[in-house]
Amino acid sequence: MAKPAEKMDAVFQRPETLIDTNFHFCPGCNHGNVHKLVAETLDEYGVAGKTIGVAGVGCCVFLYNYLNIDVLEAPHGRACAEATGVKRVHKDKIVFTYQGDGDLAAIGMAETVHAANRGENFTVIFVNNSLYGMTGGQMAPTTLLGQKTTTSPYGRSHEGDGYPIRMAEMLATLEGPSFVARVACDTPAHIVKARQAIRKAFKMQIDNMGFSFVEILSACPTNWRLDALTSQKKLQEEMVPYFPLGIFKERSTADYL
Amino acid sequence: MSDTTQQPQRQMMKGNVAIAEGALHAGCRYYFGYPITPQNDIPEYLSAELPKCGGTFVQAESEIASINMVLGASAAGARCMTSSSGPGISLMQEGISYLAGSELPAVIVYVSRIGPGLGGIAPTQGDYKQVTSGGGHGDYYSIVLAPSSVQEMFSLVQTCFDLADKYRNPAILLTDAILGQMKEPVIVGPRPEPKAQDKPWALTGNQGRSKNLIKSLFLGDGEMEVQNWKLVEKYNRLKAEDTMAEELWMDDAEFIIVAFGSCSRMVESSIRLARAQGLKVGLIRPITLFPFPEKLIYERTASIAKVLVVEMNTGQMVKDVKVNTHKNADVFFYGRPGGGMPTPEDILEKIKEFY
Repeated sequence: MAKPAEKMDAVFQRPETLIDTNFHFCPGCNHGNVHKLVAETLDEYGVAGKTIGVAGVGCCVFLYNYLNIDVLEAPHGRACAEATGVKRVHKDKIVFTYQGDGDLAAIGMAETVHAANRGENFTVIFVNNSLYGMTGGQMAPTTLLGQKTTTSPYGRSHEGDGYPIRMAEMLATLEGPSFVARVACDTPAHIVKARQAIRKAFKMQIDNMGFSFVEILSACPTNWRLDALTSQKKLQEEMVPYFPLGIFKERSTADYL
Repeated sequence: MSDTTQQPQRQMMKGNVAIAEGALHAGCRYYFGYPITPQNDIPEYLSAELPKCGGTFVQAESEIASINMVLGASAAGARCMTSSSGPGISLMQEGISYLAGSELPAVIVYVSRIGPGLGGIAPTQGDYKQVTSGGGHGDYYSIVLAPSSVQEMFSLVQTCFDLADKYRNPAILLTDAILGQMKEPVIVGPRPEPKAQDKPWALTGNQGRSKNLIKSLFLGDGEMEVQNWKLVEKYNRLKAEDTMAEELWMDDAEFIIVAFGSCSRMVESSIRLARAQGLKVGLIRPITLFPFPEKLIYERTASIAKVLVVEMNTGQMVKDVKVNTHKNADVFFYGRPGGGMPTPEDILEKIKEFY
């Protein structure tokens, strides 16, 4: 018979905003990490009760199943336009979009770039896993050169398919954004940095500094046809060299010019 | 138009401006739009007026972005509006479908231009079919109102907001360049303060209540069928409670003309000519194009056996008239598409041909 547990102090617990349920995400996918980091951040700032999330289309659409906040489901690619509408009405609330790379970097490129350029005061959580996950692993604007997907069966070629788009670097060239970073969730050390970046992004919004953007590199083991551990290795060895981690823009004053 | 007097005043106003001012009277304080002729007076007027009354004007990067900003503002609980014309409205169809699917109120002003394609900016009623059949993907309808005077541009845009909120459904004000660019006397009172809207479903943050969710994705077995039937119930209620039409010269009419919007104004002139010649012609003018005044058409055609539908297109509303006409009546059509406008004399000739 096991020894009765002695009374212990809770030093770590599930974020209050993260609903106690199983994720539908595949084993080894980093969406779960990102959901948790967002929930932790909202709890830390005590803003979950005045937060409105905007979910993109794809694996990210079920945000409302996992976070205990108000959520709007946006049409494919349009989350930054929806968030603009929501935030213009509720200037005192916290608004964020949660989008994948097909959603944000292909069909939603215009909405993303212009919301960033207007300096809309909301936060974008951008999960880049290099392909369209939910629809079955098709090529995305972020698919690496040579990467095989269901619509690039011979590997992505720059001839015809173009080059993978680095969203964080591109948005950092604009005057509107206050904070632009790329992080990953492949190792505990990187998760710590990802948490810092997400916290910083929401802090920028709380301080009315304007558009903040965090790109999180994620593995997609199912569509990469790899097991969980090998896909994290692939993320480190193939994605990170092309999509370098770091902070690309951080503004200290609200009016840049 | 900042009106400081307390009494309603009669003033000359352009149709498009009357729509914009009507929206402000309805308490709309959020406008998202993209330039396109012939509706630019609306964003131009609102870009000047909204900041003065604490409102928000955003010139979006496209009509796609405009309608999605509207969706976001509506989900946040605000009365909001966009306006556009043919190509822009085509781009908005995805968003309008999502508004209907997510059961969100919004007002879309449609100042038509001739099509298809880039077409031209002349007046047309060629978009009747697009707006009354839903327009985007899926089994849904938008509420559609069609004014025929500048005064009605001012009042019906307000009705659009009320109906959109009542049914949590997008409402379209369909008009054209004739009415949009025309100045007429309009009676306008002082702009009232916006009324607080009771929208417990709106996204405001879940402090002190359970979370709200606005979505149109229903993947559960049978869920979407339930949702579709729910929408049908709403459209049936709309049909029963809020169908609107105007009847003129119908008391002794032996011959009916059905026409809407700017075209009905031309028909009115032709009926005056016909009446002067002893022809007893009456007018039914649908004000709501969806819901269409089906019952009224059926009842009137039970005793009046001839109906002429006059439209500025190749024959779109005539199909709705035909399916609702009593079996004893004949339906005729006269249309001018592509910017062609019938003169009262042209219509009189058709009245005589079919009378």
